[in-house]
Amino acid sequence: MNRPIRVLVAKPGLDGHDRGAKVVARALRDAGMEVIYTGLRQTPEQIAEAAIQEDVDCVALSVLSGAHNHLFPKIVNLLRDKGGDDILVVGGGVIPEEDIPGLKDAGIAAVFTPGTPTGIAIDFIKQNIKRA
Amino acid sequence: MSDKEKWESLIEKTLTKRPERKAEFINGSGITVKRLYDPEDTANIGYDENLSYPGMYPYTRGVQPTMYRGRLWTMRQYAGFATAEESNKRYKYLLNQGQTGLSVAFDLPTQIGYDSDHSLSEGEVGKVGVAIDSLKDMEILFDGIPLDKVSTSMTINSPASVLLAMYIAVAEKQGVTPDKLSGTIQNDILKEYIARGTYIFPTEESMRLITNIFEYCASNVPKWNTISISGYHIREAGSTAVQEVAFTLADGIAYVDAAIKAGLDIDEFAPRLSFFFNSHNDLLEEVAKFRAARKLWAKIMKERFGAKNPKSMMLRFHTQTGGSTLTAQQPDNNVVRVAVQTLAAVLGGTQSLHTNSRDEALALPSEDSVRIALRTQQIVAYESGVTETVDPLAGSYYVESLTTEIEKKAAEYIKKIDDLGGAAKAIERGFMQKEIQDSAYKYQKEIEKGERIVVGMNKFEIEESTPKGLLRVDPAVGEMQKQKLENLKAERDNKKVIDDLEALKKAASGDENLMPYIIEAVRSYATLGEICDVLRSVFGEYQQSVIL
Amino acid sequence: MFELDIKTGLLRGEKRAAARLITYLESESEDGIKIVKELYHLTGRSRIIGITGPPGAGKSTVTDKLAKHIRKTGKKVAIIAIDPTSPFSGGAILGDRIRMTDLSTDEGVFIRSMGTRGALGGLSKSVHGAVKVMDIMGYDYIFIETVGVGQSEIDIVKVADTVVMVMVPGLGDDIQAIKAGIMEIGDIFAVNKSDRDGAERTVTEIEMMLDLNDDDNYRPPVKNIIAINNIGIEELYKDIEDHHIYMKKTGKYEERRKKAIEEEILGIFKENLIGKVIKLQRSTDYVSVLIMEVYNKTKDTYSAAIELSDIINNKEG
Repeated sequence: MNRPIRVLVAKPGLDGHDRGAKVVARALRDAGMEVIYTGLRQTPEQIAEAAIQEDVDCVALSVLSGAHNHLFPKIVNLLRDKGGDDILVVGGGVIPEEDIPGLKDAGIAAVFTPGTPTGIAIDFIKQNIKRA
Repeated sequence: MSDKEKWESLIEKTLTKRPERKAEFINGSGITVKRLYDPEDTANIGYDENLSYPGMYPYTRGVQPTMYRGRLWTMRQYAGFATAEESNKRYKYLLNQGQTGLSVAFDLPTQIGYDSDHSLSEGEVGKVGVAIDSLKDMEILFDGIPLDKVSTSMTINSPASVLLAMYIAVAEKQGVTPDKLSGTIQNDILKEYIARGTYIFPTEESMRLITNIFEYCASNVPKWNTISISGYHIREAGSTAVQEVAFTLADGIAYVDAAIKAGLDIDEFAPRLSFFFNSHNDLLEEVAKFRAARKLWAKIMKERFGAKNPKSMMLRFHTQTGGSTLTAQQPDNNVVRVAVQTLAAVLGGTQSLHTNSRDEALALPSEDSVRIALRTQQIVAYESGVTETVDPLAGSYYVESLTTEIEKKAAEYIKKIDDLGGAAKAIERGFMQKEIQDSAYKYQKEIEKGERIVVGMNKFEIEESTPKGLLRVDPAVGEMQKQKLENLKAERDNKKVIDDLEALKKAASGDENLMPYIIEAVRSYATLGEICDVLRSVFGEYQQSVIL
Repeated sequence: MFELDIKTGLLRGEKRAAARLITYLESESEDGIKIVKELYHLTGRSRIIGITGPPGAGKSTVTDKLAKHIRKTGKKVAIIAIDPTSPFSGGAILGDRIRMTDLSTDEGVFIRSMGTRGALGGLSKSVHGAVKVMDIMGYDYIFIETVGVGQSEIDIVKVADTVVMVMVPGLGDDIQAIKAGIMEIGDIFAVNKSDRDGAERTVTEIEMMLDLNDDDNYRPPVKNIIAINNIGIEELYKDIEDHHIYMKKTGKYEERRKKAIEEEILGIFKENLIGKVIKLQRSTDYVSVLIMEVYNKTKDTYSAAIELSDIINNKEG
């Protein structure tokens, strides 16, 4: 791949805690990726549309408000509807272990819970993006 | 050879045999921590000028003369989730277990002025706090809780005026007049822009609402703390202890400026300003931080603003132990962390305290977890002995040096912010946000490089199984609230609601104090969303801008 | 996505196809270039507006408000938002979309964020490429938003028909610090956040600088705006339209487009050439040998350059 990996870091819903999203965005940039960061209060539609227009390899969602079970699958479905099946979708935040299998079934490739080193997320993205 | 010189040669010998654990000992705020502090370090810190006595300017040693010997801090656990009924149950439980004040957590839609049936509320209703759509929910929330006996803190910012109005209306129905009400609303919009994100309106309009509340309460709800100027969230977003003090006090300065500009007399509103700080693991730095904050604020109020009432100069604060320090790994360890942080807050002289529960990184606290958190406060209060005397760490060469150092560094930041035109302008330029992000990133890098140890997370890890017994919010809450809203709108006098909202809109376009209009609308069971939408239509919405 | 899909999708106005094609062009894929070649005859219809100025001036907000204003007239808007790539890591934080959140879900708007991707990183190619794609897609206006501090950004802005320079009061000696070159390419000056102290002074300083540039018939307007409150946006749009009318009437539009084409051809040529050298450096030791010879003084730099040129031409076949 002779281009940087492009990642959309997004905060869907009303949650305003963006320390993690910003730290991850910086870490991804330091790892040589282009990070589109869209800020707070993104609706699933806005996130999916941005992902398509920016032709990202990966969408990284951050939710700490407990609304992940509702928001994450919605975003995955919207991406599919818009032809973005080849986009890797990962998530992070305050997400109980028991919710993770459900999220994976809904199309989230990985969930990075509190304490995950940024290197793990970076490696996962590098190894799992679907396009060359 | 002096003793000190003897010691220094002893050190040289010791270092060759056993080098120190680190090349440099630097604390979280970037302050170098010396091997030893001695009288030389505090020789220039004059007692009367810099410390004085508790209850006396500059209040370094505490804002009350007898502190915990007279009365312990208020044990006030932040709680709220799902429906008003559920939260009411949790409040009664906590009061029964010995909690001495209520603290209400609202869900995100409520905090951002959306009703539970708004499209943006989907998936969020009742998740991080209780859903309050109207006075009806508020009545249920405080059912059976006597508002003249219990003080309530409400963590609400942009729509604080509405929730306060609802609280006043609920009290009315209980036969309690507003002058008897005691409590706090957070009402600190600047930190929302910096670090927390539940803003609605633009800066100037938000300041208008805030000063309206100051003015209204000064005459009508005199025992109410009209603002809780917050550093907690700034610290949670990743700032250092120095930045926490500096940015919080800078925000405080902005609010005082705004109130004075609105024509209020400083000694009338300033006594009701309160603060809200974080309590982290570096116990001694935290104690120094709290003392430095008190001293700095007292000087600011006296010298910069010319306050005359001693109560205007007293920095009274609530503390919450640092949520971001707690780990998802080996959650029981968090009980210990919270105990250390509790000690820090108490040795630092807090007026009220919330202790986090061990499952903080995983979910909202279960009943068992929140009970342990409360017990932590009680054990420190009754068993540790630190409450037997006032400001016990005063005089420590280290703590006094650190207090002075933090005060100095925080003052430098405040000057920088002044040069940028004040807190609001500094926020516009992203100054605080960038400082915080840089600190947050540095912290993360230190953890990943192993330079900073978090027990159980990057050292002393174990294989763990999925924790059990976590609190889950029933997803049906959203549906339940929507139904309640439908019923409410069918039952209430909709004509009155429309009239009241019209009156509010008119007043919002002018200069009047909006509290009476909001209280009237709330009494008619106008919903939170309806009231905020009226204000949105007049004020507009805050535009986020991020500098990464 | 196959080439056929992209071409069809493009002609059907599908954003996904356009986005993919832009990625291909950014990574200099031959497949991507092929598609553009085939559809080249469809380009040339869009108005290209450059938005530049120092960091913090509010370019994204200005772009957002202008786009919304244009949307009211039913026209479609594309936006290319450029942010600096880190020279250390090669990565970038592209955050301009934050100020354009509403536009994400507007059907008639397409926003693409790009990193500068390094000096030789072919930024010119990427932006030219993206412009062509958006042109082919039928966007009436294409905004290119960048930071006017580097040479490559100045070049990009030369692709535009009209350049709006967004300034902001209170940045002190930034006007002097900004190279004269940038001041020369501004067709319209907007002093944003003009409710701040120093707005008048900033306007005066700009006017003074413009006095020094003796252009014939066109005097760039200098306007006060407060983009975030939508103040002055309508007037700014009018200035943009007026500039376009002036350019068309005086034949400067054609002149400028031809100049842009010249720059682009030369730019692609230079980048192709440098690309060849880099390829040579990576696959052979010709270049390191030359360097060694010059270091040992068995050859001088001038001869070395000529020899390099010969090697490359010979490799052409």
